[in-house]
Amino acid sequence: MTAGIERPVWTRKHLLTINELSREEILFLLDTAESFKEVSTRSVKKVPALRGRVVVLMFFEDSTRTRMSFELAAQRLSADAIDFAEKVSSTKKGETLLDTARNIEAMGVDIMVLRHPAAGAAEHLARAVNCCVVNAGDGQHAHPTQALLDLFTIREHKGRIEGLNVAIVGDILHSRVARSDIRGLQKLGARVTLVGPPTLVSRDFEAMGARVTHDFESILPEMDVISMLRIQKERMTASGFPSVREYVHFYGMNRERLRRCRPDVLIMHPGPVNRGIELAADVADGPSSSILRQVTNGLAVRMAVLFLCQQAAAGGEHAP
Amino acid sequence: MTLLLDRDELHETLEKLARAIAGAAPRDVPVAVVGIRRRGETLARRLLPLLERAGLKAAHYGVLDITLYRDDLTTIGPNAILRGTEIDFDLTDTWVVLVDDVLYTGRSVRAALDALMDLGRPRAIRLAVLVDRGLRELPIQPDFVGLRTDTEPHHIVKVKLTEVDGQDEVELYDRRD
Repeated sequence: MTAGIERPVWTRKHLLTINELSREEILFLLDTAESFKEVSTRSVKKVPALRGRVVVLMFFEDSTRTRMSFELAAQRLSADAIDFAEKVSSTKKGETLLDTARNIEAMGVDIMVLRHPAAGAAEHLARAVNCCVVNAGDGQHAHPTQALLDLFTIREHKGRIEGLNVAIVGDILHSRVARSDIRGLQKLGARVTLVGPPTLVSRDFEAMGARVTHDFESILPEMDVISMLRIQKERMTASGFPSVREYVHFYGMNRERLRRCRPDVLIMHPGPVNRGIELAADVADGPSSSILRQVTNGLAVRMAVLFLCQQAAAGGEHAP
Repeated sequence: MTLLLDRDELHETLEKLARAIAGAAPRDVPVAVVGIRRRGETLARRLLPLLERAGLKAAHYGVLDITLYRDDLTTIGPNAILRGTEIDFDLTDTWVVLVDDVLYTGRSVRAALDALMDLGRPRAIRLAVLVDRGLRELPIQPDFVGLRTDTEPHHIVKVKLTEVDGQDEVELYDRRD
């Protein structure tokens, strides 16, 4: 039982963005997640890999599934997961966050999972503490584990990612999921098309190497994967947003549009779904939809993230 | 380097091991052959036809990845590479033959036993190893042994198998050389 001689692929103790990951690192993480998927199918859904480790969930923004997914992932690795939830006053966010984090770290925490409304909060935190930091969404900046679980789900379905045509539809402008997905998909060789009203999907996104269109109908037949973003209803009243009826008419995925897609098209959604707005109920529950599989895979991917970051930290000098 | 087993000796040893297992296996309980990744896995797969020739048809074959159960996970760091456990049958009430290439400190087997117990409740687990090199650190002993050899901690016993290493043989190295 000797350790591998080859240089380890994963040496990061933090996961902050998809941008910083190489293609090899992403694939290694997805392969590791594959092994963790099996754990959830057992009668004893637990492995002792992180026994004695403490994972703290610091969510400064509402989230149900991401927090639960991380909590369950930690528990399945036998780590202790504790919850830290507090609404911070927006005026002293930065200061409060680091102060809080240092206090928590002093209690002997190994991994911090952070969801924060400010872009760059995770990176800021990673520079201030010695433990591992995993970004669970920071402002409109990044949501790397969502991108990884999307990649995992696409690969599981299609057997590959390279060469696929993937559309991301909706409010790209305000979406950290979209930003992370675009980068991840491009790194693995997919062609990304961004779809939505001009105010939410500007031509500026072409600088990221993606194709931009405002005509959803025209691209339907060529897509292998279509990911529908959630429309945040609280934003609908802001300027730049079409009315709900208008949005559904031009950019909602429904049975008629699905009929114009390839028969093997994969319809994705990061959840929670606004049924009848971006996604019609019968499509969300239909055979083309991978929504629940994305949730299942999210658990395996987050187990892999916690495990690999912790292993890299344990490796000491290898960690960046 | 000392050659402990050449190609032919390795094959003979495996056949001997298979005959011993077949002779001891119960007739009324399904037998599952489970190899520990990676060379135990290869040995287990090779044992299947040999067992059949010796009169024992194994009902199940599986592969165990013990990485997540290792007691040195915190020190091996990013070198831990998961390859996954593949046991797609119910272990409960089976007679499990756990196969590994070299038995040394006993820590791998301890991890494997924990991993197996999390998957089900076998009727019994028996341990088959190609080489027992002694120097145990835990109270674990094999039931079927191909070759017993006394070693020192500075020795390395290297089992090479065609499927993984391109050739079949067992070598003993001295780390100090």
